[in-house]
Amino acid sequence: MDIGKRVAREEDWIQGATGDWEIVLGLEVHAQITSKAKLFSGSSTEFGAEQNTHVSLVDAALPGMLPVINRVCVEQAVKTGLGLRAQINLRSVFDRKNYFYPDLPQGYQISQFKHPIVGEGEIEIDLPEERVEKIGIERLHMEQDAGKSVHDMHPTMSHVDLNRSGVALMEIVSRPDMRSAEEAQAYVRKLRTILRYLGTCDGNMEQGSLRADVNVSVRRPGGELGTRCEIKNVNSIRFIGQAIEHEARRQIEILEDGGKIDQETRLFDPKTGETRSMRSKEEAHDYRYFPDPDLLPLELQQEDVDRIAASLPELPDEKKERLMTDYGLSAYDATVLVSDGARADFFEEVAKGRDPKLAVNWVNGDLFGALNREGHSLEASPVSAKQLGELLDLISDNTISGRIAKDVFDSMYKTGRNAIEIVEKEGLRQVTDTGAIEAAIDEVIAANPDKVEQVKTKPKLAGWFVGQVMKATSGKANPQLVNEILAKKIDIPSED
Amino acid sequence: MAKNDELIGLTLAEARDKLKAKEITSAELTDAYISEMEAGRDLNAYVLETAEQAREMAKASDAKLAKGEGGAIEGVPLGIKDLFCTKDVRSTACSHILDGFTPPYESTVTSQLWRDGAVMLGKLNNDEFAMGSSNETSFYGPVTNPWRREGDDTKLVPGGSSGGSSAAVAAKLCLGATATDTGGSIRQPAAFTGTVGMKPTYGRCSRWGIVAFASSLDQAGPITRDVRDAAIMLKSMAGHDPQDTTSVDRPVPDYEAALGQGVKGLTVGIPKEYRVDGMPEEIDTLWSQGVEWLKAAGANIKEVSLPHTKYALPAYYIVAPAEASSNLARYDGVRYGLRVEGKDITEMYENTRAEGFGDEVRRRVLIGTYVLSAGYYDAYYLKAQKVRSLIAHDFRQAFSEVDVLLTPTAPSAAFGIGEKSDDPLSMYLNDVFTVTVNLAGLPGISVPAGLSKEGLPLGLQLIGRGFDEETLFRTAHKLEEAAQFTAAPEAWWRS
Repeated sequence: MDIGKRVAREEDWIQGATGDWEIVLGLEVHAQITSKAKLFSGSSTEFGAEQNTHVSLVDAALPGMLPVINRVCVEQAVKTGLGLRAQINLRSVFDRKNYFYPDLPQGYQISQFKHPIVGEGEIEIDLPEERVEKIGIERLHMEQDAGKSVHDMHPTMSHVDLNRSGVALMEIVSRPDMRSAEEAQAYVRKLRTILRYLGTCDGNMEQGSLRADVNVSVRRPGGELGTRCEIKNVNSIRFIGQAIEHEARRQIEILEDGGKIDQETRLFDPKTGETRSMRSKEEAHDYRYFPDPDLLPLELQQEDVDRIAASLPELPDEKKERLMTDYGLSAYDATVLVSDGARADFFEEVAKGRDPKLAVNWVNGDLFGALNREGHSLEASPVSAKQLGELLDLISDNTISGRIAKDVFDSMYKTGRNAIEIVEKEGLRQVTDTGAIEAAIDEVIAANPDKVEQVKTKPKLAGWFVGQVMKATSGKANPQLVNEILAKKIDIPSED
Repeated sequence: MAKNDELIGLTLAEARDKLKAKEITSAELTDAYISEMEAGRDLNAYVLETAEQAREMAKASDAKLAKGEGGAIEGVPLGIKDLFCTKDVRSTACSHILDGFTPPYESTVTSQLWRDGAVMLGKLNNDEFAMGSSNETSFYGPVTNPWRREGDDTKLVPGGSSGGSSAAVAAKLCLGATATDTGGSIRQPAAFTGTVGMKPTYGRCSRWGIVAFASSLDQAGPITRDVRDAAIMLKSMAGHDPQDTTSVDRPVPDYEAALGQGVKGLTVGIPKEYRVDGMPEEIDTLWSQGVEWLKAAGANIKEVSLPHTKYALPAYYIVAPAEASSNLARYDGVRYGLRVEGKDITEMYENTRAEGFGDEVRRRVLIGTYVLSAGYYDAYYLKAQKVRSLIAHDFRQAFSEVDVLLTPTAPSAAFGIGEKSDDPLSMYLNDVFTVTVNLAGLPGISVPAGLSKEGLPLGLQLIGRGFDEETLFRTAHKLEEAAQFTAAPEAWWRS
């Protein structure tokens, strides 16, 4: 089926006063290319430097300066195109997009308009309940970022910081294939994951390395496409959701009141959660695109594309597939793991030679629970994959019980020490000495003759005995042995 | 003065040889030119004299020459068109909008000249942003041609846009000058002043550090007293530059060595479409004379057709302004040069650009903006680019039959200051024989070949295959020999 013709699921429809509506969404994501130098100059791209310290003569557009393409950025764009399973165009052309703005020193942005480096592609997005949708990619092109206007340094003047001026961006344009805010958010997440796997963009939305222009329109479910509005520069996944929800409702209200949507560019205000008009179609710039005569068309050799293709890392979808096949993981567990390449790698190190189900529960559950609680990144985790693996080994060889393992893990997380060290020092080794367990059981039985009577008719009370024994052994008794010996000592009827 | 006359009478090649032979010093040569520059200020050829710097450079050159060291043109004093950015020396492209702009960098072409030992005398006048054919659009005022009509004191233009360069070379205010050519700006001024002007193949010289007019057409080259001097200067100016991706990575030949090879066996093409209506008969006659000279020197002559020639001028006046409108967007008052305040940013832009740009520049920015606008792009810019391909194709066809083309350089001799400045169209017609070469990216050279009835110099143009400057120099040298152009303007400006 043509993915563009998909109609939203009924639960994603928005109920208006006059009936149901469907949202149609397309995204233009601007992703900063990971590279040391800018797209057309040797200046550093490092984030957070002092204002106007990463500015070359080219970036400041001094007279007679000329752009020279950074080959690393080209390779990164090709790599991204391949990661999006997209057409790589061996010939692409840089155009000038002309407009005046103080933070645009050349008076034009060098971009690829008619002939982008990457053509059509496709990605799969992962949604709740294991729903997967295909989203079409229309194109990817390279362009320069602008500088930044700074308005708070002087009462009447604005300042300009050109550190970002000329930094390489990829604009990744989707087809209007998304049908809900949730899908748009999943799209950005998935795109970000792919970019991070490829190492072509760090995906850091707070620092502006990834931002999205969201095209929103509404229609009757399955009907003719409506007029769209473009919401510029939304810089968090949460804001993308809010902006879409608000914008869709705004449009529906207008339509239901008998109005019509004006095609325009809008801004999302995170403070109010609303979008407001930035400029109408009539006010839209005439960018006067034409091929940049300072740059020859960008020609790639098929061998270069093949070489880059051969160097591609395993991508999230392939990794998910492999984790499910090789480790027998559920789709859910695998999806959670591959959402971050480092997380999947961590899992694989823990799971090596161990029970994968145990490993995934500990990685996705305990470890990430602690990391999220403490606000740590995986890179900053006090417990390494090797250490977590050793803890799992102690569970598997019955040195400690699963219950004790939780305490040992907490201690590891706090101190960074190894599991065995904690177990030895705290004397947490599981009691597997049947004599000692028997003695403990005998003591509990002797002290609770009434319970011994009751258990004969209430088999559920067996658990109470186990609990008492564990309590008496500070939780160190092997629960399986306790069950076995207890069964011999008291008469517990079978539950059926 | 006698000693000075002797010194400034030397060609670049002669001066180079005498410097190497230690018969003269760069210091005395440079001083001679500094006094000529001062004496010639009425010509307004220089917009900035850098005498002090020149003397220092000359001194350094002499130290090298004394040790038998130094580059190919060690100690040779040159003038530099103001379009070239020169480190720590004001460079304004003769526009008000670049008031006081002093670049912290040196253009590749000039840095190569200094590398080879040249001495900078100063910055030469040009049409504002190289837009013009008479050097009348300069913010620093027009340049006066050293040549005058016989028995007539009317001030004439030196051609443009490299009018300061052509006037300075013709008046011997420097040994040679850098120039740039977007539609004829080296060759037409050379023709108007009895000098040699060489526009090399697009990509032969780096554009890095030269204020851009129309990037796909701009190319640097020399204006000199004779063909040999042009060959020597181009050798230093040319070469691949990784900072200009449109410059081409191929070796720079020894152009001087190509001189004297003669034209025997070469086929010279005569494009019939260059015989335009209303062209003065004396230019037609000179052209025929040129044919005879080359034939006598052993060349074969063949008439060829360049059928799309008539579309070249309109196509040029679309492509060049289109690129210029975008190239000049950076002059916005925000970072350097002139700023005229306004109540907000838009008004500041408007005020700055209205005051900073002259009429001709504004005219071209408007034309360029118009032809790139939505709805007009296909009809103008795209169509002009198609014409451009057809013109390049015409030349390819012609060069499959001939080795070099011979044409007049300009449709007239130098005209009076103010005569055409109110009529842009008749001004643009000056470029009718030269723009085709820029549109096709080919090399062209103008050689002084005779005088008009009124005693003004006239030039003939040779056009070559891409990167075949050697054949051009070789043919130009033969033409020069045959023409025996020894006329010189009377040095009226010195009195």
